[in-house]
Amino acid sequence: MSTSGLLSILPLLIISGSAVIAMLLVAIKRNHRVMHAFTVLAFLLAFLSLFIQPYEVPYMIAPLFVVDAFALFNTGLILVAGLSVLFLSFSYFEQREERKEEYYILLLLATVGGLVLVISQHFISLFLGLETMSISLYGLIAYLRKRERSDEAGIKYLLLAALSSAFLLFGMALVYAHTGRMDFSGVGASLQAAHEVPASVVAGFGLMLIGVGFKLGIVPFHMWTPDIYEGSPLPVAAYVATVSKGSMLVLLMRFYRDINGYEYTILWWVFAIIAMASMFVGNWLALLQQNVKRLLAYSSIAHMGYILIAFLAGLHAGQEAVIFYLVAYVITSIGAFGVLAMLSDKVRDAELLEDFSGLFWRQPWLAAIFTGMLLSLAGIPLTAGFIGKFYIVAAGVDAGLWLLLVLLIVNSVIGLFYYIRVIAVMFQPLRDEQVQAKRASLPFFGIFALSALMVLLLWLGIFPSGLIAVIRNMMLTMS
Amino acid sequence: MILLLFILIPMAGALLAWIAAAWNQALPRWIALLAMTADLVLAAGLWWQTESATGPWLSTFHRDWMPRFGISFSLALDGLSLLMLMLTFFLGALSVLVSWNEIKERVGFFHFNLLFVLAGITGVFLTMDLFLFYFFWEVMLIPMYFLIGIWGHENRMYAAFKFFIFTQAGGLLMLLAILGLYFVHAHNTNEYTFSYFALLNTPMEQTTGRWLMLGFLTAFIVKLPAFPLHTWLPDAHTEAPTAGSVVLAGLLLKTGAYGILRFVLPLFPEASQAFAPWIMLLGAVGILYGGKLAFAQTDLKRLVAYTSVSHMGFVLLGAFAFSEMAYQGVVMQMITHGISTGALFMIAGVLYERLHTRELEKMGGLWPALPGLGVVSMVFVMASLGLPGLGNFIAEFLVLAGSWQSQPWITVAATIGLVIATIYSLRIMQKVFFGVSWREYKLPDLSFREGLMLMPLIAVIIWLGVYPQPVIRTVKPSIPTVVLAPQAPYTDVAIHPTK
Repeated sequence: MSTSGLLSILPLLIISGSAVIAMLLVAIKRNHRVMHAFTVLAFLLAFLSLFIQPYEVPYMIAPLFVVDAFALFNTGLILVAGLSVLFLSFSYFEQREERKEEYYILLLLATVGGLVLVISQHFISLFLGLETMSISLYGLIAYLRKRERSDEAGIKYLLLAALSSAFLLFGMALVYAHTGRMDFSGVGASLQAAHEVPASVVAGFGLMLIGVGFKLGIVPFHMWTPDIYEGSPLPVAAYVATVSKGSMLVLLMRFYRDINGYEYTILWWVFAIIAMASMFVGNWLALLQQNVKRLLAYSSIAHMGYILIAFLAGLHAGQEAVIFYLVAYVITSIGAFGVLAMLSDKVRDAELLEDFSGLFWRQPWLAAIFTGMLLSLAGIPLTAGFIGKFYIVAAGVDAGLWLLLVLLIVNSVIGLFYYIRVIAVMFQPLRDEQVQAKRASLPFFGIFALSALMVLLLWLGIFPSGLIAVIRNMMLTMS
Repeated sequence: MILLLFILIPMAGALLAWIAAAWNQALPRWIALLAMTADLVLAAGLWWQTESATGPWLSTFHRDWMPRFGISFSLALDGLSLLMLMLTFFLGALSVLVSWNEIKERVGFFHFNLLFVLAGITGVFLTMDLFLFYFFWEVMLIPMYFLIGIWGHENRMYAAFKFFIFTQAGGLLMLLAILGLYFVHAHNTNEYTFSYFALLNTPMEQTTGRWLMLGFLTAFIVKLPAFPLHTWLPDAHTEAPTAGSVVLAGLLLKTGAYGILRFVLPLFPEASQAFAPWIMLLGAVGILYGGKLAFAQTDLKRLVAYTSVSHMGFVLLGAFAFSEMAYQGVVMQMITHGISTGALFMIAGVLYERLHTRELEKMGGLWPALPGLGVVSMVFVMASLGLPGLGNFIAEFLVLAGSWQSQPWITVAATIGLVIATIYSLRIMQKVFFGVSWREYKLPDLSFREGLMLMPLIAVIIWLGVYPQPVIRTVKPSIPTVVLAPQAPYTDVAIHPTK
């Protein structure tokens, strides 16, 4: 690999290097503040290094990686998401008694995995990235190990992720057995050359789908989502919801395009059924939740269903819509979990509906942010979520997916019901003891990050043209 | 530019009111009142100049917004929009006055929501871009949800929920139809645009047109509301604070009617005519059914709410009659219903402030205690039942006379609605002001502020009843061609065969 090759994956190198330095830092002296500052710095540096691409994209690092506009954009998205999670983490972990510093090492390592996923174009790099991320996530999810549900969540994720990785590997093996290739475009070309796709390859894709579907948390591989969201520390839940799911989605898009997935009707139908099931199961189960973390978990399942509709709508408008929705979804999810994290205290997380009662009168700004995030999830105008949903529906109408769209609308209405329910709780009048309670001061970093996300949410809801143009140009260079 | 001001003034006022509440509790009220009056004066100024206008469009404003999709920030104003705006600002100012004493908690946030709803409604009446229309359509919802949900009566949460979910479901169907129209237009002409004027002449197949038209229509008849999608209305109107009820009945329902006149008829002339008999039937059923239910209510606000269902039936009837007379009647009905029902809700609010009940059974014999309020109520009860000399009579007469040509039997059925209206309207007077008082009341009669808000309403309703010509003249240029000269014959679905 040449120097230019190294330069073009600079963000990845910076993050992995920082992970090593971070380990050394902990060995020298434990200091939460220093550790946090160092990690923030690493993410910032990595993000800035995105803008000094020395050579023209797409730049191939054969056979494992490809750095194209699409990869760069998603690298940026992951880094920004990671950075926001970091901002929310400091105050959350500061008030916990456990050792806090290793959290940042694990977060850096998980991000390395995510960054590998978005640039990989080969089964090997896919698997490496996936496992790096998963293994760090085991530790992250079970990080607050004194909590009763924390280790349960960690073990659950460990078992299921290992199982799904096994399926993924077996699927890859089957595909490799027939095509003899491991790079995505090679697989695609080999399948094109064969007139008929043999059953073993179809089975291989099916098995791979289990591995991918597990990471995305789509029905029927969604069982882990609510438990993991509930049991893991809140910043980690935000990370799982955005970076882990997002990077897998990006990988799926790349893989699907390289193997010409749109030509296989059977794959289309499999995804269509998964999309329908995800929307209904997610929204239906979210309806009666009393626990906001679980509610967000089920709603994220439904949102993956929405994204799949755009995904099915085809290469052009569809994939643009997926990316736009992903951006909106990342902002909203981190924002929502961030509000929960701000409200949590030493003993427990703010997760029950009653924790939010009268929030609008106790913490107006925090409640306004949460309302904005929920409305964005519900797809109400002035928020990024609305433009995202509009984009999906537009792509769907263009592709003529009427059945899926009608189901999307039915589901949006169901979804509205439970988002509004949470908002309604926040507007309840204060109880007596709440009136007397002193208003807690909020950590600066957290509020700063949340306010920035809120501004971004509104900005994208009102002036989406800029981002749309970026995504559109990026997608045009891809095809 | 002035069109943009119409929307920006309430929005700026909304923010200011919220911020100002931190210093002074009375300030938000004055800011809101000032914003609405400023808009009203601006609109009146525009109306003054209409005499000299050439062509239907009095003023336009256009900026690109999302060129990727052909979305523009496009506003335009014709006679119909102008009248609706006047109504919006007039009732908007009054709804600030009406909540002067009623709302004591979280005054800033209340006025923020109130002004934001009004800004959304203004946007709906002005926009000529279908995406922007949907945008404003949704923007109205959230603040209205808060108005009902925070400041409403006992059962407010349920009502707010139901309101939100009904209208949102209808709205999403409309979004689907808007996008359908957008892509049909793009496939046929290769031009991707949401512009109303471009979409007006979209070539499309008959079945496509009918499906799309149904998508639009559903959203509008949920909002109107028409039987059988009206069930959200009684709850929302009853539980909302007085200002909320006034805005709901006076303005929000009109956005549904406006949508039918502005979008359904001109965009889908063929489909509208094909479905017209069925929709008129729906209108007539609404008139009778709403009237019957109004008669059965014991809650004053609920009663008035059901009269809205009944009165909005006339809108549906007249809009799909395809005659100029009926069209004029529909616009008159939108205005007079806004005035008279708004006034009735204010009266209900005034009574509630004094008696702390909405139950008709607990009222009675109030005339000696409240003679002033009695007289005012009498005027609007008479307006509601369609007494000649008051605006509602002109509206209903025009609608019925205009509909007779196309569907005589349905019109006959609708006319019976006037009798029902007389029954339920007189029942209000009897139950509230006449009869035996079951308790000796000592109540203050109308205060200066209450007089100030009810007197202009009386003046307007009488003016519209005696001299409706300015309204009719203003609307005339905006009547779409399909209404003036319906071309396609009433096809297979006609209920009553035309000769």
